Amino acid sequence: MSAATTAVERQSALREARLWLRDRPLIPLLVLLAVLIATLHMVRPGIINEGWVASWIRFAIPLAILAACQTLAMLTGGIDLSVGAVASMAAYVMATQAPIHGPWIAIAVALGAAALVGLVNGIGIGVFRVHPLIMTLAMILVVSGLATVYFITMVATGVRVPAEMLWLGQQNAFGFLPHSLLLFVPLAVIILLILRRTGFGRLLYAIGDNEMAARLSGVRVWQVLITLYVLSAVLAAVAGLLFAGALNTASTQLVNNYLLPSVAAAVIGGTSIFGGRGGYGGSIVGALILGVLTTLLTVAMPMLGFVGVAQEAVRQIIYGAIILAVAAAYTRITESG
Amino acid sequence: MSRSVRVAGALKDVPLRSAIGRLLGSDAWTLGLFVLVIVLLVLTRVINPSYGPTALQGLALGTLPVALAAVGQAIVVISGGIDLSIGSVMALANVTAASLFVGASPELSVGVVVVVLLLGLVVGVINGSLIVFTRVPDIVVTLAMLFVWAGAALLVLGRPGGTVTPWLRELITGSLFVDFLPRALLVLAIVVGVVWLPLRRSKLGLSLYAVGSNRLAAFRSGVAVGRTRIAAYALTGFFAAAGGLALTASTGIGQPIAGPYLLLSVAAVVLGGVSLAGGRGGLLGPIVAVYILALIRADLLFLGVDPNWAEVIQGGIMVLVVMFGAYVTLRQRRAAA
Repeated sequence: MSAATTAVERQSALREARLWLRDRPLIPLLVLLAVLIATLHMVRPGIINEGWVASWIRFAIPLAILAACQTLAMLTGGIDLSVGAVASMAAYVMATQAPIHGPWIAIAVALGAAALVGLVNGIGIGVFRVHPLIMTLAMILVVSGLATVYFITMVATGVRVPAEMLWLGQQNAFGFLPHSLLLFVPLAVIILLILRRTGFGRLLYAIGDNEMAARLSGVRVWQVLITLYVLSAVLAAVAGLLFAGALNTASTQLVNNYLLPSVAAAVIGGTSIFGGRGGYGGSIVGALILGVLTTLLTVAMPMLGFVGVAQEAVRQIIYGAIILAVAAAYTRITESG
Repeated sequence: MSRSVRVAGALKDVPLRSAIGRLLGSDAWTLGLFVLVIVLLVLTRVINPSYGPTALQGLALGTLPVALAAVGQAIVVISGGIDLSIGSVMALANVTAASLFVGASPELSVGVVVVVLLLGLVVGVINGSLIVFTRVPDIVVTLAMLFVWAGAALLVLGRPGGTVTPWLRELITGSLFVDFLPRALLVLAIVVGVVWLPLRRSKLGLSLYAVGSNRLAAFRSGVAVGRTRIAAYALTGFFAAAGGLALTASTGIGQPIAGPYLLLSVAAVVLGGVSLAGGRGGLLGPIVAVYILALIRADLLFLGVDPNWAEVIQGGIMVLVVMFGAYVTLRQRRAAA
């Protein structure tokens, strides 16, 4: 009798815990982050020091900004695959214009070019109703092609990342706080406020939840989508500039490899790819998790006996498996109960 | 009375329409693509009078991997999914074949071909099962598997290498019967015909379209939705492996790095008139679209256009065509409403 009662009690407690977790997706993510950091500490004691924290945050920040592009687009049920190409293009334009016109004009030109790409994306998706996946995929061809054409005309100028971007991208305050936090913290707060407190943010959720309902309630969906994709492209460009600063180089392919991690960070962060559910806080933690994961895998591979190419191979396999596992766990938590 | 006449009339129309449809791949879009490819061939001949049988053979050989990838992608898109891992799976098949061919006798290499195609099927079944059983969105699962299969390809072959068995290379180079019939085209027609034509008429073929156009309706009509989706991914894996084999045969080596086949396959699928929403389209359209994209690129190069501009123009054409297609659907829907 009493055993049965405790079983029922335990079950309802479990259900409650699950509901509680569903409303607070950040908690399990932060736990996962802590577990990963603890594992890293156990695998290689002493690796977690000022320098590691600085470089961890330094590379997580541009990834988190790219993840913002995906989060915003995914909330409306879309996706922005052109972020990698746009970020690379912006970084390269900035690094080639800076020696000629000075850093500020160069940055403005880079952001302006990105906004133009975003406008084309937005018009295609919002006005002509092209599927975001296709529209942004096609824009990769256009943007990277144009960037290469530009590269050929600018090859004599050479690439120089201005000192201002190096200060922002490479240097730290107090040894462990990257200067890029000065840019990222306000940016993240603004994005969080946009999503939680403004009409635009609510419209993004509304469109992702039920576009027809949003349209019938009088939302001009095309205007929201154009704004969204312009915003996404400009954010991607900012991330590209930060990457250029952090790596002190720029090329037309610099950021291309970060497209898939940006989607992964948003997915791990709990934003639904079907739209209407999620938020930016999770994506930031997602970017941090991917950062720790990269270090962890780099450190653990030689210990497990993988060297050379096999190390990279196993690293990729585990990376993919973890993205899938987190997404599956997340689906389980949000679907049940 | 009038109603029964109308029904009888509609019934009479059906065999004729489906007969034409069988011939042309079911809609006006495909017919338009055929016209376009002929126009492009004539145009190519005008631009470059020396464009003859040899160039056609080269075109068919060079596009065989893309065409097979497009076929694979089209099947999964018809069933309402998408496979972002297709490039990695091709790379995996490519290196597996290339490394197994080393030192294999002609008889043994037949076994290698079978093994690689089976590998593709297994990979597809794994992709599909993960999607069905974890209930994670297909984009996320195949994104994660993109890393996994790319890592697996690197494990098989750390750096470009391997070889190809001579008969496989001879199978797809040159022409058969007449100069204007490239063997590669024939192989494509046979591989696709043998797998797809019987399949499309079977229960599974109908289920693929049913699941793609309305999953819930298909489920309630008694279609085994999960099994059908897994079968769709298995077929995609099969064709991706065939594409990887074609890659081995045409390049003569194994490359562990995925080519641009994801982008190209999705582009061909969309240009080929397969709806990304699923349930509509055939395989003929995407195959013709592959040749259109390749011919446009060839023409631009013949005209002396910089290859990078060619990429921009290719992307631009893709954007415009997709916008046009979306616009036409929008008009039709409005006219119907």
